[in-house]
Amino acid sequence: MPEARVIPLDGREEPSSSRRRRPQRCSETLEDGTRCRRSAVAEGLCDEHLTALQEAQARAAMPEWERRAAGALAFLRRRVTGEYPIDDFGFDADLTENVLLAAIRPLAEKYFRVETRGLENIPADGGALVVANHSGTIPIDALMTQLAIYDHHPAKRHLRMLGADLVFRSPVIAPLARKSGSTLACNEDAERLLSSGELAGVWPEGFKGIGKPFSERYKLQRFGRGGFVSAALRAGVPIVPCSIVGAEEIYPIIGNVKILARLLGFPYVPVTPTFPWLGPLGLVPLPSKWIIEFGEPIATDALGTAAADDPMLVFNLTDQVREVIQQTLYKLLLQRRSVFF
Amino acid sequence: MTPTKNSSRVVLITGVSRYLGGRLASLLAADESIERIIGVDVIPPRQDVGRTEFVRADIRNPIIAKVIASAQVDTVVHMSVIATPFGAGGRTAMKEINVIGTMQLLAACQKAPSLRKLVVKSTTAVYGSSSRDPALFAEGMEPKAQFRSGYGKDSTEVEGYVRGLGRRRPDVDITLLRFANFIGPRIDTPLTRYFSLPVVPRVLGFDPRVQFIHEDDGIEVLRRSVVDNHRGTFNVAGDGVLLLSQAIRRAGRVAVQVPSPAVSVLGAFFRRAGVVDFSPEQLQFLQFGRGVDTTRLHTDFGYVPEFTTLAAYDDFVHGRGLTRYVDPERVAQVEQLVLASVDRGRTVHA
Repeated sequence: MPEARVIPLDGREEPSSSRRRRPQRCSETLEDGTRCRRSAVAEGLCDEHLTALQEAQARAAMPEWERRAAGALAFLRRRVTGEYPIDDFGFDADLTENVLLAAIRPLAEKYFRVETRGLENIPADGGALVVANHSGTIPIDALMTQLAIYDHHPAKRHLRMLGADLVFRSPVIAPLARKSGSTLACNEDAERLLSSGELAGVWPEGFKGIGKPFSERYKLQRFGRGGFVSAALRAGVPIVPCSIVGAEEIYPIIGNVKILARLLGFPYVPVTPTFPWLGPLGLVPLPSKWIIEFGEPIATDALGTAAADDPMLVFNLTDQVREVIQQTLYKLLLQRRSVFF
Repeated sequence: MTPTKNSSRVVLITGVSRYLGGRLASLLAADESIERIIGVDVIPPRQDVGRTEFVRADIRNPIIAKVIASAQVDTVVHMSVIATPFGAGGRTAMKEINVIGTMQLLAACQKAPSLRKLVVKSTTAVYGSSSRDPALFAEGMEPKAQFRSGYGKDSTEVEGYVRGLGRRRPDVDITLLRFANFIGPRIDTPLTRYFSLPVVPRVLGFDPRVQFIHEDDGIEVLRRSVVDNHRGTFNVAGDGVLLLSQAIRRAGRVAVQVPSPAVSVLGAFFRRAGVVDFSPEQLQFLQFGRGVDTTRLHTDFGYVPEFTTLAAYDDFVHGRGLTRYVDPERVAQVEQLVLASVDRGRTVHA
């Protein structure tokens, strides 16, 4: 934008020309918002910022693949030397953004063709609790929701999921869950996340929802004990209802091997039309078309933190959230043309 | 609570011949406002403890009561709860030193009219380590899994006896400090020995969060507990957490993942070889890790550790001069080399 020229009214010298005689200062703004204090060498920049600019220009001139390669190389170096930050919950943003989310992105975009609606209902900053329906035998719906918010929300927020104890007991899955930002679904962790301004996600139906038979698809199960509502009330953050359509059809459960489940200590061992009949091929999910819709946030801050100790209010609020999700599910199902398109 | 200066005149430290006890004694010895410092242990201290008077006594023996009474001790710092059966001569001896020793010491404390303050060095191991743990334990939380044996169980029992004394002697200010794993350039713990192994075994499929307290910070917290009044229970740990895999990488070590049953076998082997002491409880820790909330230390106690968990760990790596098999400088060099060759390739083609 061209700067407006100041015409002096009293005929005195232009103020800028007197300044020009002194060595010009670097025009770069520092991280803390103040101007760089060193004198400029060329292009109105000090030597340090000039080198930074030249490097940035060189990077911009690089072909795309080369920039990616350099990025990947820097990532590898950080991984090998352990130079990446971890938050108190064990969330590794570097790994999540560069590897974990990238790994499931094709699944979301090409396979399930996830359509995300109502992202404006998730605040750009501050704590909020996303509450969603759970389905699909294995919690792919949670991963898809996390990716949808990160990819499509303007603030690129990470959804910090609250997972079952089984997740954190299972080898391989436990560290991956922690690194991708999940933590145990308990009141302490939920409140800590929410009050520190994170976006948390819960699937309050738990195993009852994810492991229900195909005949009961899109019928919401009991919403736990409403612990998520009290956590939101204590932290005074809004509850964002989230309805996921499509996850029910990826592995339709037609049976449950209860004896095996009890032996292995799993909540259920599913039998689907393809599993275990087709062996490993049965692990391939059906390519259903997904819609994830975020509903209008339900504010809790007006109720005050004492409301968390009022069981009646907590029950009512839990029911309200559940009802919103159920109604949205019915609406989305009517809009959907077919399971796969 | 307003800290009142010079509340302690005669300080008794148990476990003075161990590293932390000795360092605390020499630090207090430099403080003019403290009249006498009495160090108690079964072996004489190896490090310089200044003007500390050493009394060779076993806290399991009633003689400790005579020491407290005759010297008019007003502050007792209990630091001789030991973490490993390694140096103690077996688990039975360890339990006896920890539990019976504490009972005997606290019985003596209860009978001492001069006593005003009790500082107990406990551990965050009292929170246990399981898959059902919250991300961070606050002081008011209970462990999620029951202990079978070991340091955590001993410490839980010790804390129980300390609380008992608190009920019977409400006039005594009790400071219970739950320390995370100590680390630093000089201190020697099972965990520092673990990280010093050339190849570090990890439990296959698990990557626990670990938290450290730098030895200097730990000593400072103990010193402040003696010279100021800080009644209550406090978690003491550096800010932030590290993942075990990350810690091993930062030390430039090579991790090898072994299935959990094999880790116990390996642990038993290492224990016999006298290299590292792996108790079943520590294996649990290597599987699930632990984190504690230090808000109360920051706000109520008024101390923010100078070293974060990460900084404390890095200080340990540099201070020990651990050989980095994977050197970060070399890695950066390789990166530059690859970038330069790519760049050269491009200019040649253009």
